[in-house]
Amino acid sequence: METRRKTLKNMAGALALGASGFSLETMRAEAQSPKKGGTLTYAMNAETPHYDGHGSDTFATIQFSAPFYSTLLKFDLDKYPNVIGYLAQSYTVSQDSLTYTFKLHPNVKFHDGTPLTSADVKATYDRLRNPPAGVVSTRKATFSDIASIETPDPLTVVFKLSAVNAAMLQHFGSPWNFIYAAKDLAQDPNFPKARINGTGAFVFVEHVKGSHVAGKRNENYFKKGLPYLDGFKGVFFLQAATMLNALQGGQVMAEFRSISEPEKQRLVQSMGDNIRIQESSWTLNLLVVFNVEKKPFDDVRVRRALLTAIDRWGGSKGLGQISTLRSVGGVLRPGYPMATPEAELVKLPGFSKDIAKSRADAKKLLADAGLNDLKFTLHNRSIAQPYTPAGVFLVDQWRQIGVTVENKQVETAPYLAALNSGNFDVAIDFSNLFMDDSSLALTKYLSIDRSPDNRSRSKDPELDKIYDAHMRETDPKKRQAMVQAFEKRLFEQGYQQPLLWWYRMVPTNKVVMGWRMSPSHNLGQDLSEVWLNT
Amino acid sequence: MTIAAPDTSMVVPAPRLRGAIAEFVRQQPLGTVSFLIIAVMMFAGTAAELVAPYDPLAIDFASILSPPSWTHLCGTDAYGRDICSRLIYGSRTALVIGFTSSFIGSSIGAVLGIASAYFGDRIDDWIQHVMDVLLAFPIIVLALVVVAAFGKMLVGGIDINLIIAVAIPIIPRVERVVRAAAFSVRVMPYVDAARAAGYSHTRIIFRHMAPNVVAPYLIMLTAFIAQAILAEASLSFLGLGVQEPTAAWGLMLSGNASDFYRQAPWMILFPGAAISLAVFGFNLFGDSLRDFLDPRFKV
Amino acid sequence: MLKYTIYRILLTIPTLLGVAVLIFFMLRIVPGDIVEVKLRGDGGAVTQETVEMERHKLGLDKPLAVQFKDWMVGLVTLDLGKSMWTERPVMEEIAIRLELSLEVAILATLIAILLAVPLGTMAALYRDTWIDYLMRIITIGGISIPSFWFGMLIMLSLLAAFNWLPPITFTPIYVDPVANLTQLIWPAAAVGYRYCAVTARMIRSSLLEVLSEDYIRTARAKGVYEKLVISRHALRNALLPAITVIALEFTFLIGGLVVTEQVFNLNGIGQLFVQSVTRNDFTLIQGMVMLIAAFYVFVNLAVDLLYAVLDPRIRYA
Repeated sequence: METRRKTLKNMAGALALGASGFSLETMRAEAQSPKKGGTLTYAMNAETPHYDGHGSDTFATIQFSAPFYSTLLKFDLDKYPNVIGYLAQSYTVSQDSLTYTFKLHPNVKFHDGTPLTSADVKATYDRLRNPPAGVVSTRKATFSDIASIETPDPLTVVFKLSAVNAAMLQHFGSPWNFIYAAKDLAQDPNFPKARINGTGAFVFVEHVKGSHVAGKRNENYFKKGLPYLDGFKGVFFLQAATMLNALQGGQVMAEFRSISEPEKQRLVQSMGDNIRIQESSWTLNLLVVFNVEKKPFDDVRVRRALLTAIDRWGGSKGLGQISTLRSVGGVLRPGYPMATPEAELVKLPGFSKDIAKSRADAKKLLADAGLNDLKFTLHNRSIAQPYTPAGVFLVDQWRQIGVTVENKQVETAPYLAALNSGNFDVAIDFSNLFMDDSSLALTKYLSIDRSPDNRSRSKDPELDKIYDAHMRETDPKKRQAMVQAFEKRLFEQGYQQPLLWWYRMVPTNKVVMGWRMSPSHNLGQDLSEVWLNT
Repeated sequence: MTIAAPDTSMVVPAPRLRGAIAEFVRQQPLGTVSFLIIAVMMFAGTAAELVAPYDPLAIDFASILSPPSWTHLCGTDAYGRDICSRLIYGSRTALVIGFTSSFIGSSIGAVLGIASAYFGDRIDDWIQHVMDVLLAFPIIVLALVVVAAFGKMLVGGIDINLIIAVAIPIIPRVERVVRAAAFSVRVMPYVDAARAAGYSHTRIIFRHMAPNVVAPYLIMLTAFIAQAILAEASLSFLGLGVQEPTAAWGLMLSGNASDFYRQAPWMILFPGAAISLAVFGFNLFGDSLRDFLDPRFKV
Repeated sequence: MLKYTIYRILLTIPTLLGVAVLIFFMLRIVPGDIVEVKLRGDGGAVTQETVEMERHKLGLDKPLAVQFKDWMVGLVTLDLGKSMWTERPVMEEIAIRLELSLEVAILATLIAILLAVPLGTMAALYRDTWIDYLMRIITIGGISIPSFWFGMLIMLSLLAAFNWLPPITFTPIYVDPVANLTQLIWPAAAVGYRYCAVTARMIRSSLLEVLSEDYIRTARAKGVYEKLVISRHALRNALLPAITVIALEFTFLIGGLVVTEQVFNLNGIGQLFVQSVTRNDFTLIQGMVMLIAAFYVFVNLAVDLLYAVLDPRIRYA
């Protein structure tokens, strides 16, 4: 009893600071100087289909590859969402905001010994914005403003934009933009998918499929004195239960994605002070996506009916207790200043608090569309948390308006394959943002020819227009109004809609230091500043 | 010249039903108990809509993880769904798949076994070769391969492919036993005599061979219902059989059941106990049936 | 004896051939394409060109008969092809994981035999007493309780009672026997319980049968010391069918491993098989099934030959 109270008090104290991602203990420990040595073992709940960050939007790839690569800029996790230089020692932005000049660190080498030059940065960004045939660049749309890339000398890269882009710096800081060697890309444009040659803090040692990935310290890392760790090992856990057991048993020291409320309680109860939990709201959501190319989901009435029948407000409370799903929000993360406030949100389709009326309206809409006995399959991902609760919840919600749904959960790769090729009717999709800015958050909803990320396959020129206009708008208030107009049209058409936003709780063993919490789990995974306090 | 009717005295007759039941209850108390267990389960499975207190899919976030109580006899799971109701509906899934696969597999196996024994020679050789090939697959392995190859085919909520997948490895196992039993009849001289007398194949098979294989057939049938239930539970545990939110015992053990074992151990205990009880019941019943029907063990 | 051996060995060939044909065509009949799955998993549109390139690389564009011939030729040379998912040789993928699964299987067998012989013998000797009933309940429990549930209960009991869990990464037994055994003894027990139960039941019934034979009555009538009767005459003869069961059940352990490895998060061939099924990796599935079938066939062969050695009547049949 005594220890339980003490634990709860500690946790309360930690929670109070939780939003900022720090605890008293962390701060005290941070004051110590980092120790060199040790191997960090952590759990990974999905195995990445390939190693190329440019063509992936799943955390599995970041977690796997990020320690081996560097990016041009990176997010300053002490001052999120500001960015600082990484491979770029310094940078300047011209007065008219159309020219970005980066000066690279000298003496940076790839793991195979090749020196890094501006040519490598150019080759990387050319691949990002204009991938050759057979190469996928998932966030291609975010680089469309880059008009040209020049390399006046081996340590300078100059980007010229065709239009002002308020969020361009953040995009240079994207954790997905691994810098690859130009010679590797020339040899094989898909080199990075199966082979690893980066400039990161760790050198690739091995990837044993089904078991683990391991890396060791890069002795030639361009930041002197880093990394502190001798190496790391990421162990794959396909069943969440065994992962928790491993954390409890001390066999892994961290799980960097997130755990849910019950998992957190279990860890705190059994490990007490030995586990540190850092919390934050999360730039990740699950969406309900309709394949608008398939009947009857080409009918806006059907989509509206199904979306409005979901009790988000009620469900978020229950789901918040058993899963990582927690907050109700629109296209932007709830809690982000630019997001639509609740008073406005409840006016939008799908967000009403009067669920009884919404359900009655939904039934009527379906009857109007002539579908009295709608049955379909919901495509879902086979990661237990929180895809299973989401699927179970949706089946239950739709059951209450007389719609029968089969929840079909498949492994990440076949799931993505089905989604990307349009081989589904309705699906649960995820939106994995590395930052909150609308320039990134809204790309998912752009027409399919502009954004491969749009799995509903919708083509809506209206939405594209609003997006483009808001990209040029520098007045924040006007920009927010445009985002809300975008949101309103999107929800009225109902091609896809966020279900719930997630809440992030990261458990690390108390010996793990130097790892920073942030609202996006894609950030801070390069492990270059992590050390073990043993 | 008349030909005497074939002498059937040396063949073990199929037991007459009514007297046999009373005799069974007297001789095999354990067997009777196990039969009652099975009967209760079958009743629960067929009348699930009547027996189950709640809808197995009904989420109730207000009462998640409640311990067993008068309102929820087996407690609730992480979504507030009543575990008892889910167990009852789960018994339907288990029994339908168990019975159907075992029945299909055993019956085909029995037919092949009789044919093999009766016609002998080349037909026997061919059938044996095919059986040898099928015997090389453990039940779960073949079931997984079928799932990989053919995916799911749902008819009225039941996966037909799964039933076929579990039935196929049962066929050779039953075939072998039935073949041996049928053979013991085949070598009786009266069979040849009957053929010489002009009795048709069908008549000989049905009147003389079939009764001798009824006993081993029934025993195998019950034994493989147990195996089939285990196979279905394993597959849904692996996520390759039934999926959430359908109620199935194996499925109730996977997912987040282990997350909550401290707060809600009933989530793990009850479904596993249900599987064990079902398999136990059928195995015990099969055992007792064999003790009862097989004269070798009447000491 | 030699003639019989050769005859039996030759008989295995049509069986293995049959398995190869069955598994190959069963997997190819179906539409649904691993190449599509692999590539479209990348995100974004993939051109038909890329799909064709990949298909060609994996040899999937050749006519079915040619693919089958290639595979059969490969089988003979023990080249099981490359996994369609990881593009590493199937043999390699299996070899990495085989050691762990094999060790669990062997440990399970040891547990099973060491417990089953005394259990089965006692149950037979004290037939219809409380010992017999207790043993029957224990063994029927072993056959009924799903091994994965039993494994879960073991894990959770360890956690609840000692707040301790087995190590998660595999260390071979010759490197660190303690770490190795503390990891693998638990899945071995989970899988071994059922194995033990089946074997014990077999020993019991076989011993009962032998004990009612005439020559046992003769030995007893002659006044031979009872213990000698049991060990020298009865047990020896009763063990033969038990050996058959032990050998055959060993081949069926793979079924138990498939689920139990999930529970204990072991990177063994059971998990490999499940993963290959979820990913539709046909070459890997084929390769593994062939191995499992071949294993079963050869164990059967060994048992048959053993019988022929021990029971001369069979040789001259």
